[in-house]
Amino acid sequence: MNIFVCLKQVGARDSALRIAVDRKWVEDEDLNFEMNEPDAFALEEGLRLKEKHGGEVVAVSAGPARAASTIREALAKGADRGILIEDDRFAQADALCIARALAAAVGREAHDLVLTGLQSDDFGFGQTGVIMAELLNLPHATIVMQVQAEDGGLRVKRELEAGWFQNVSMPLPALLTIQSGINKVRYATLMGIKRARKKPLVTHTAGELGIDMAASQTVRRLYLPHKTKQTQFITGSGKEAAAALLEKLKFEARAL
Amino acid sequence: MSVLVVSEQAGGAWHGMSFETIAAGAEAAAALGCPLQVAVLGSGVAGLAAEAAAKRVSEVVVIDDPALAAYTPDGFAAAVRQAVEQLNPTLVLFPHTYQVRDFAPKLTAGLGKAFLSDAVGIAVDDGKLVFVRRLFQGKLNADVTPAGDAPYFASIQSGVFRADALPDGGAPAPVRNLDVVIDPAQIRTRPEAPFQEAKGAVDLTAAEIIVSVGRGIKDPENIPLAVELAQALGGELAASRPICDNGWLPLERQVGSSGQTVSPNLYLALGISGAIQHVVGMKGAKTIVAINKDEGAPIFEIADYGIVADLFEVVPALIAALKE
Repeated sequence: MNIFVCLKQVGARDSALRIAVDRKWVEDEDLNFEMNEPDAFALEEGLRLKEKHGGEVVAVSAGPARAASTIREALAKGADRGILIEDDRFAQADALCIARALAAAVGREAHDLVLTGLQSDDFGFGQTGVIMAELLNLPHATIVMQVQAEDGGLRVKRELEAGWFQNVSMPLPALLTIQSGINKVRYATLMGIKRARKKPLVTHTAGELGIDMAASQTVRRLYLPHKTKQTQFITGSGKEAAAALLEKLKFEARAL
Repeated sequence: MSVLVVSEQAGGAWHGMSFETIAAGAEAAAALGCPLQVAVLGSGVAGLAAEAAAKRVSEVVVIDDPALAAYTPDGFAAAVRQAVEQLNPTLVLFPHTYQVRDFAPKLTAGLGKAFLSDAVGIAVDDGKLVFVRRLFQGKLNADVTPAGDAPYFASIQSGVFRADALPDGGAPAPVRNLDVVIDPAQIRTRPEAPFQEAKGAVDLTAAEIIVSVGRGIKDPENIPLAVELAQALGGELAASRPICDNGWLPLERQVGSSGQTVSPNLYLALGISGAIQHVVGMKGAKTIVAINKDEGAPIFEIADYGIVADLFEVVPALIAALKE
């Protein structure tokens, strides 16, 4: 099975977020970068499918040059090779633009299965995989909790809302967006990290692949959300705060 | 020119977010000064169409086709695409449901359009539509504008607009059937009937007090601390998704869009950042307490009481004080 796993490099969840001077993005130099967490589950699922059914896992990312480190991480975990579509503009690009780039890279090669995470931790569009399915003319399923290969196709368990699930079958090639928590993600071993240095990582520029970089949606302005409730903040040492909170819960909110 | 709301139903029952989205559509239509149309899709949905027509909307359009009896992304994207081509709306709004996440990006990509997913606000500024989206896991808001010409596409987050803000109309709105062609051979996925996993013994919806843990609990070894607090308060223990994903607590204790929706008297969020997927499951709690180290955590937007501190300092003190 030729499996392509799409990865995004995003600012780490615990990074300090400072709105940039132009108010259109955050200050990049404040961020530590990491593999988008939902994508890590997609990578793990790809590696498990390869271990079971054979084939190859290719890690693909559209991003600035720094995104190569996320592809290397995937190679260290067991992906066979990597493809980076490099352009600084991908850092703030919308889902349609990123999906066009990823689909262009995947579409050049024989592919049986394309996997993405559910959504990104930065923009949170939750669209890249589904757009790719349309651009590559593949059947797809989203929010997938289990993948079984059967009869030249797939049977997957989709998560629906409020504790409901559904099984869906489809032929290959296909695209799946993977729900976080579907598996337990492996760590890279030292040996894996060493091996990753010798694995092929090809870089294309967006220009080489002829990617349309036009934005389909534009951030006008970033700002802190307005609060919907007036939060009373309780300060002091742990003990003081605990006592003050219980006092308020008993006599003010009457919640205890 | 119109605003078209694509409602959602399953098996003849409304998705709860449909009328919230129609309410959003009513506001947008008023701001744009144009009619509001509501589309009802499925097989045998005439009854639902009549219910929608009782609201103050301009028109209800019905796409009734046996190929839409069970949801598939191929079938629904094809149906809505044809509706958009026939009706030529300015703005198409969807509820931000799991189903919409599954087919709307396919539809919009096919049209070469942006999809402003999970919007929490719509405004018209100088004749241009501006949507509010939440970025970086809800820590920042962004005003976003779609490029190019209409139609524009967006989905509306749960709980932003109120379904009860939508008045009933006088006389029922006209209902019109749209002719669409859905070739069953184009539907590539085969869906089976939805099912629920064996229901757990834990019914969080009945709990008066809930102590809920998130990533801030850091390690499964720290779960007993939360258990002790829940016991001292006489409440139930719950968790956000990452905790259940890690297997630190069973899925049946998960609160949020993929877990249970609760509205206890008191909800104590320990080390929970407040991602929307969690918040939709607990924002109905009467009193919300958040204890989190990160003062920028979105959970503080909905908390009545907030303590910006290390939960490992505050929680033991709470347990000690409750035991006194």
